[in-house]
Amino acid sequence: MMQYKGWEGFVPGKWCNDEVDVRDFIQHNYTPYEGDSKFLAPATEATKKLWQIVCDLTKKELANGGVLNADTKIVSSLTSHGAGYLDKDLEKIVGLQTDEPFKRALQPFGGIRMSEGALEMYGYQIDPQVKEIFTKYRKTHNEGVFDAYTPEMRAARSAHILTGLPDAYGRGRIIGDYRRVALYGVDYLIKKKEEDKLAMNGDMTPEKVRNREEVADQVKALKALKEMAAIYGCDISKPAETAQQAVQALYFGYLAAVKDQNGAAMSIGRNTTFLDIYIQRDLDRGLITEEEAQEYIDHFVMKLRIVKFMRTKEYNELFSGDPTWVTEAIGGMGVDGRTLVTKTAFRILHTLDNLGPAPEPNLTVLWSKRLPVAFKRYCAEISIRTSSIQYESDDLMRPEMGDDYAIACCVSCMRVGKDMQFFGARANLAKALLYAINGGKDELMLDKKTGKPMQVSPEFAAITSDDALDYNEVVAKYENILTWLADLYVNTLNLIHYMHDKYSYESLEMALHDTNVRRFFATGIAGLSCTADALSAIKYAKVYPIRNEHGIVVDYRIEGDFPKYGNNDDRADEIAVWLVKTFMKKIKSHYTYRDSVPTTSILTITSNVVYGKKTGNTPDGRRAGTPLAPGANPMHGRDCNGALASLESVAKLPYEYSRDGISNTFSITPASLGKED
Amino acid sequence: MTGRIHSFESFGTVDGPGIRFVTFMQGCPLRCLYCHNPDTWEGGGTSYSVEEVAGRVLKYKNYFGEKGGVTLSGGEPLLQIDFVVELFTLLKKKGIHTCVDTSGFTFDASNEEVVRKHEKLLEVCDLVLLDIKHIDDESHKKLTGQTNARTLQFAKFLSDKGKPMWIRHVLVPTLTDEDESLKRLKAFIDTLKTVEKVEVLPYHTMGEVKYEKLGISYPLKGVQPPEKARVDNARKILRGEDDDGRIKSKITRPLRRGD
Repeated sequence: MMQYKGWEGFVPGKWCNDEVDVRDFIQHNYTPYEGDSKFLAPATEATKKLWQIVCDLTKKELANGGVLNADTKIVSSLTSHGAGYLDKDLEKIVGLQTDEPFKRALQPFGGIRMSEGALEMYGYQIDPQVKEIFTKYRKTHNEGVFDAYTPEMRAARSAHILTGLPDAYGRGRIIGDYRRVALYGVDYLIKKKEEDKLAMNGDMTPEKVRNREEVADQVKALKALKEMAAIYGCDISKPAETAQQAVQALYFGYLAAVKDQNGAAMSIGRNTTFLDIYIQRDLDRGLITEEEAQEYIDHFVMKLRIVKFMRTKEYNELFSGDPTWVTEAIGGMGVDGRTLVTKTAFRILHTLDNLGPAPEPNLTVLWSKRLPVAFKRYCAEISIRTSSIQYESDDLMRPEMGDDYAIACCVSCMRVGKDMQFFGARANLAKALLYAINGGKDELMLDKKTGKPMQVSPEFAAITSDDALDYNEVVAKYENILTWLADLYVNTLNLIHYMHDKYSYESLEMALHDTNVRRFFATGIAGLSCTADALSAIKYAKVYPIRNEHGIVVDYRIEGDFPKYGNNDDRADEIAVWLVKTFMKKIKSHYTYRDSVPTTSILTITSNVVYGKKTGNTPDGRRAGTPLAPGANPMHGRDCNGALASLESVAKLPYEYSRDGISNTFSITPASLGKED
Repeated sequence: MTGRIHSFESFGTVDGPGIRFVTFMQGCPLRCLYCHNPDTWEGGGTSYSVEEVAGRVLKYKNYFGEKGGVTLSGGEPLLQIDFVVELFTLLKKKGIHTCVDTSGFTFDASNEEVVRKHEKLLEVCDLVLLDIKHIDDESHKKLTGQTNARTLQFAKFLSDKGKPMWIRHVLVPTLTDEDESLKRLKAFIDTLKTVEKVEVLPYHTMGEVKYEKLGISYPLKGVQPPEKARVDNARKILRGEDDDGRIKSKITRPLRRGD
């Protein structure tokens, strides 16, 4: 006899033996699916009506300048708002961020200025009392960071050699294991957290005190989560008993996270295999039909599509749009060789047909050569029709991360409920190369006081000769700059994350993690291909510096041709590999906050445009202000040996030095994939 | 031995079966009015040794799968037939599927040495994409500046030698799309025994910018790509398909799965 009614019919295992172990539950209970998509059901009338409401609201929002309504007074928390609905009678899965759809929440813990500024941009005025509270009585993350920043950190930030730092907004990137809410019920999770807290004994070092306080906050968040569900008339204290309850409880977990945090990327995890177990149990029991199963998933996805945050226009410019990064990882293979594809993997992709294409949630298929053929075909079919699926290599990530990892944002993989990460934006390596040439003086910015070029790093020896740049000399100077930059970058992040933990701790998301969590320290690189090409130009062609009236090198004259990254030419590609390894080694040599594991990523998917704006002319011939290439892409138009050569160059970048992910943005017209007949 | 090369395409999907590494060779004896690679006409290009080109091809072996391989295009690759034979000989040893995209203009049935060279080519070339620009010799001369006699001889030579070929025909409104000449072309194709496929390639204007760059006036200025109905019509005639797209004649298509 199972401990809970919600567990009846499930194969027991370690998961139900006084443990929290969702993976173990999945492994004992899921049904791999190797068949095709014929079983899928179309959208129900209720789904169509609800989606029409969303479409109408979206139009109104656009007509209203991008925001339909925003809260100016009530500070968002799990229980701050009453229930909100699209249409209460039709919704199978309920819950909104505020009491009305498309009304954006007020989330000032990351920074009151950001909240105030965002509201003003869209014509709203923050409530004076809220402003007073968050300036006089309650410190924000943003204020904490700026209190502690060193002058050098501020300079690097304003020169944009470090860019996009999460110092004025929520860092995001943390994925709660929202499945736990459905599988265990909140009471069980509270009990386990209280046990963990009891075990934290001994010398009350600052670290231990903080851990105890954090777990206490997690317990409070879990209690608030129950209250939040109760506002919608739902009791989630016990394990879910039906598929509808499971989807609902899981969504409540996620909803609580987005009520609590306005994070840069609020990903949802890896849920289809888990939910399929509940759907299959109800189907087997004859409780629901396929139409109903699809309806749960459609309504769930609809809710994920309308997650919205109040953000400034600059922020949206940095991320090219208003992304929420509700990434859901789908499929993949188990370490035992069985596929993790289930019918619900099909059902969630089928939402792109039932509701139409959409960028969110960011449906991400974990691709393996060994995925079932029918699933691969279905993915291809949906991709062709909707261009709305992201693919990532399960074969690359599984050996390191096992088979229960998910993706935060676009490429950052973490084991669900076991890993978290400190998001760290990126360092601009192209700009760093210009600093190597100019001895740490910025090529664009002038010091406001002296009117001379701004000295951002300590003064390094600049290149003074006007002869063609010498590769060995440039590399030696570049290594010095990178040593300085890695040190500054890591310490800036150490400081930022200390403050985020202190003033905007993600208690709900962390309540859905193991207490002994593994932390990643996620740094990032911008401008990889530009830098590789610039160094290649210096090595294989002749590059002469051109100086301005201050003696700063502001442009380059290139004589001759040089190999470019993106053509599967080792001469250029090896420089890119060297850059990644060198920078990562320098990052690793530093203390990282809370003993986190340092990683790096090469994934500026959109912000490369903004970083390019702040970077002067580079020795590869790129003009000042023009975009850097996204992620690990070759510079635009420089890969001239076709797609495979371009992809092979990217594939040389060592994943073991870039564990937080490598992205390559690649578009291809259907005609260039071959002829139809 | 070295060859003069214009450029490489590592992901060729339209010149032969599967995913192909396409090498565009420099130099061409024809001056087709619709040519989209005028930058390959004259000499020049970059010199590469057989080993260098083979090395580039082999980097992509994993992508070729069962159908893909290497295609030499241009320009006219067979202007450098000795290089082609040596390269293909090396690649065949490595198990690569080899293909040339040619007008057949280098062939001359009356010249023994030329015939021998082309025989040697066929020993190491798995598939020939033979471009027949016009079946009518006068029209061919107007279109390309040269006779089509060698092209047709080469087609027969390939047929006699049992070498698989794909016939290609570029469809340009009013110049190459009249039913009459298409039917004559079809009758000629029907005399060949080894045609695996007939490809109708609709004329496009993407080459026009290259003429501007080279400072050559564009001969087909203002000519639009053919309408879909004309393309379908040409396919129907050349492949002997009836209105439902089924094949009436014994040959032409599709011998390869999924092509």
